Amino acid sequence: MYKFSWIWKMAYRDFRKSRGRLLLFISSIIIGIAALVGISSFGENLQKDIDRQARELLGADLVLTNNQPMELENLDSMAEDFATGVNFGSMVIFPATGDSRLTQVRALEGAYPFYGTLETSPPDAVDLFRDGGKYVLAEPLLLAQFGAAVGDSLQIGNTVFHIAGSLDKVPGQSGIVATVAPAVYIPLNHLESTGLVQYGSRLNYAKYYKLKNEGVVKEWVEAHNDEWGKANIRSETVEQRKQSTGRAFANLTDFLRLVAFIALLLGCVGVASSVNVFVKEKLPSVAVLRCIGASSRDTFMIFLFQILLMALAGSIIGAAGGTAIQYLLPQVVGDFLPMEVNFTLSWKSILFGLVTGIVVALLFALIPLLRIRKASPMMTLRPDAGLGSLSKEPLRWVVIAGIVLFVFGFSYYLTQGLPTALGFTFFVIFSFALLWGTARLTMYLLRRFIPLGLNYTIRQALANLYRPNNQTVSLIATIGLGTAMISTLLFVQTQLLDEVKLADKEDQPNMVMFDIQTHQLDEMKEMVEANGLPILQDVPIVTMRLNAINGINKNTNEEMDKEDRRSRSLYSREFRVTYRDTLSASETLVAGAIRKVKAPGDSIFVSFDRNYAENVGIRIGDEIEFNVQGRPMKVYVGSFRDVKFNQVAANFLVLFPENVLERAPKFHVLVTKTKNESESADIQRLVVSRFPNVSVINLGLIVETLEEILSKVSFVIRFMAFFSILTGILVLISALIISKYQRVRESILLRTLGASSGTVRTINTLEYFFLGSIATLSGILLSFLATAALSIWVFEIPFRPVWESVVLVYISITLLIVILSMFNNRAILKTPPMEVLR
Amino acid sequence: MNILEVKQLTKTYTSAGRELKVLEDISFDVEKGGSLAIVGPSGSGKTTLLGLCAGLDKATTGEVLYQGIAISSLSEDERAAIRNQSVGFIFQNFQLLPTLTALENVMVPRELNKKKDARQSAVALLDLVGLSDRAIHYPTQLSGGEQQRVAIARAFANDPQILFADEPTGNLDTETGEMIEDLIFKMNQEKGTTLLLVTHDMELANKTSRILSIKGGKIQQDHYV
Repeated sequence: MYKFSWIWKMAYRDFRKSRGRLLLFISSIIIGIAALVGISSFGENLQKDIDRQARELLGADLVLTNNQPMELENLDSMAEDFATGVNFGSMVIFPATGDSRLTQVRALEGAYPFYGTLETSPPDAVDLFRDGGKYVLAEPLLLAQFGAAVGDSLQIGNTVFHIAGSLDKVPGQSGIVATVAPAVYIPLNHLESTGLVQYGSRLNYAKYYKLKNEGVVKEWVEAHNDEWGKANIRSETVEQRKQSTGRAFANLTDFLRLVAFIALLLGCVGVASSVNVFVKEKLPSVAVLRCIGASSRDTFMIFLFQILLMALAGSIIGAAGGTAIQYLLPQVVGDFLPMEVNFTLSWKSILFGLVTGIVVALLFALIPLLRIRKASPMMTLRPDAGLGSLSKEPLRWVVIAGIVLFVFGFSYYLTQGLPTALGFTFFVIFSFALLWGTARLTMYLLRRFIPLGLNYTIRQALANLYRPNNQTVSLIATIGLGTAMISTLLFVQTQLLDEVKLADKEDQPNMVMFDIQTHQLDEMKEMVEANGLPILQDVPIVTMRLNAINGINKNTNEEMDKEDRRSRSLYSREFRVTYRDTLSASETLVAGAIRKVKAPGDSIFVSFDRNYAENVGIRIGDEIEFNVQGRPMKVYVGSFRDVKFNQVAANFLVLFPENVLERAPKFHVLVTKTKNESESADIQRLVVSRFPNVSVINLGLIVETLEEILSKVSFVIRFMAFFSILTGILVLISALIISKYQRVRESILLRTLGASSGTVRTINTLEYFFLGSIATLSGILLSFLATAALSIWVFEIPFRPVWESVVLVYISITLLIVILSMFNNRAILKTPPMEVLR
Repeated sequence: MNILEVKQLTKTYTSAGRELKVLEDISFDVEKGGSLAIVGPSGSGKTTLLGLCAGLDKATTGEVLYQGIAISSLSEDERAAIRNQSVGFIFQNFQLLPTLTALENVMVPRELNKKKDARQSAVALLDLVGLSDRAIHYPTQLSGGEQQRVAIARAFANDPQILFADEPTGNLDTETGEMIEDLIFKMNQEKGTTLLLVTHDMELANKTSRILSIKGGKIQQDHYV
């Protein structure tokens, strides 16, 4: 006990004089902890709000949906209240300009949402809409896009409506949904008159119920579940919505927490590096203490306590900062939130941040701190004596194993998935190993190969990178990883957009017109060709459902063991198939063969998209019975195709051979190629004004939407990457300040020997230019690997380095490092050479 | 009675793959209460010998017996415990802990020895070396001579049986050096401590009762003054 209090006393005595510098060491972890606590608190509050506002998320107690009308009169009569909706994609036309765009039309009747309100501008627009006149509510994004205002006309199908107001807030819907498909609400009683309910229309019918209490919901679900299942009716309760929303946001916040954890790890590299310098400076004192009788354990504990104290201080400051940061997060992820988030202090998150910060900072600090155990008292007599090699210290490996285990444990705790946690741990180890390797290799090469004939200032600047007390490894690791994060994001974003834009090549289609009825086809074709556009594809589409696979129908499938059972969606989905005996440009045959039907009675062999078939467990040779609009049709799986769905073309999961479906009711898709934006707008205007039921998608719209989504997603990630960069800068600043003492001494000696301030300044600036360049380029190299991996395995697009972005990243980060080092130089050069005598 | 017995001591270092013999077959005894100066040119191995005698390092071969205990066979922490209880040190470059005040520097050895009177004893010792008014100053706020006086006070904090001094006046001007020498010998006599010092300075060496000259790692001469 006495020893313990003495150790504390000594730790305090030493800490008094070094607290400024220790605080600097620990400042690197503040940002990481702040990010971690901020995101955890935000996640916690979000979860609470999801629980609290669960009914507003769904807007009703129970929602039933199906892609055909539902006969639910018995339920309607038992409910407290109900509303009916029909949702579908359709073109809306602004008659004033003739502009049009594909939107989500929501035809609604009844008081839905029963919980929460449709907020509109002007506020009474919702009443006008509910009155059932020809009034619509449209999302602000859509109105802004076409410069439309309240009171203007808007045509859907054959009906012209008036815009009652803009729809500012819909319960349970996040802003990103509006970006992908802006919605227009119309009164249900006008749906019929639009003429859009016809064969081939992809309508989704919905029933919204308000029930007495949760017990009733449960009763209803239990009593009708089987019946609904058979009728392909999907049900969603408040509890289910709460869970799915909660899960989605837990995934988002866990992902963000992993990104924050990387910032924390970067900070810890800074801590390790700073503690390394600190320990080196403390070794003479350690030797004195050992000399006058302190044991190696006692001396080690004196410095460990100080680090512990500082880690605690850093974590507390970080946690306080994080609590403040959570107020910023709604601005960052606002577009993804389906509701408002209230803020309360999350003690759980604060504790989580404190514990994580202390443990991880201590683990990283322990690596250099272990040197203290090895310090020999003989150093009091001979400073270069007796410092054992750290690599021979067995505890060092225990600490490194502890760090790896901690990283794995942390990621496993967040992701709850072994492969993801292992992948993340591997990514962290690989990244650090690559950057560490680059730094060590650089130092080795410089030590071996700096030419003696090189200009003195350059030689001295390069030599500074490997001389004792250098910060090369830690700065390359932290700045490199920060750069890697930023550039990976930038590269992936640019590459995804380029990939879509590249699709607009000479002979590639860039416009798809769909939902064309058979009787409209010839006229449509004429109109397109009369405008000088080619018909690149004329694709017939037949809708069908799947009755059975290898004799197993929906009911049998339900009764099977979980492992053998196929996905329920296989039986409930509507397949839109086409027929042809050849493959299109976006398809590649990967297994089996395309077999034609030459005579009536021949077996029918269809081709499946390989990915889909693998996901739902369909194999070549399987016997499938389709229900083609009431008529059963037995087919066999004859082949698999790889389909490139990222091209503007009509692509299909199932391909039938010719001579089978020709006489079935069908609708059509036309694919064409416009030369430019204005030609594209012209033909779109013509088509939708003549055929309001036909929907048009052009590449411009896809690019625009993708750009919007990517900019929103990347803003979130950039915000998180900012923490890493800020940490990198803090590590750099502390490294600069730590090395300042050493630099001052050297600068004084150089100036005493006659070097000008300019020479000293050039040496220091060049040193950080070289260091910044190596760190940034290492980060870019790492980001190339990451981008290539993401391109090939996630996005399945070829990897193309974006050199303009590379140059931009390299120049900006290196410049920042050089500027910071120049500020440091000023302080160094202020010290007069007279100091050398003191 | 001998407080220290050095038997056939050899120390070799490996440098750049080559073995370097710093001390070779050194044997001598030190009587309790006596004073011994180790003299010799730079690189003769005198500081290495002092380190081995004080238990700061281990010999390659041979033995050092301190009060009959073979310290070479003890672990570093066991040797540290002996150093704390009965050994004092004075260094050429003072070796005060820079983050501790003068008073705290003197208190540390006694605190380590779990003595409750560490503060009072340190105050008395600082008074003895004439620095009671500088107790709360940090080493950087003291002159070289003052720092060495604090170091002397610290060396006597645990009433050591033996005092090891490595060039105690090497970093001081002549006048201050003489004052420090007088202080060391005065306190040494008052406390009845054995003194073993390393020096270049023959004038200082002549103040001890015995001089051991070494050269090239071997004893050249061992004589009483």
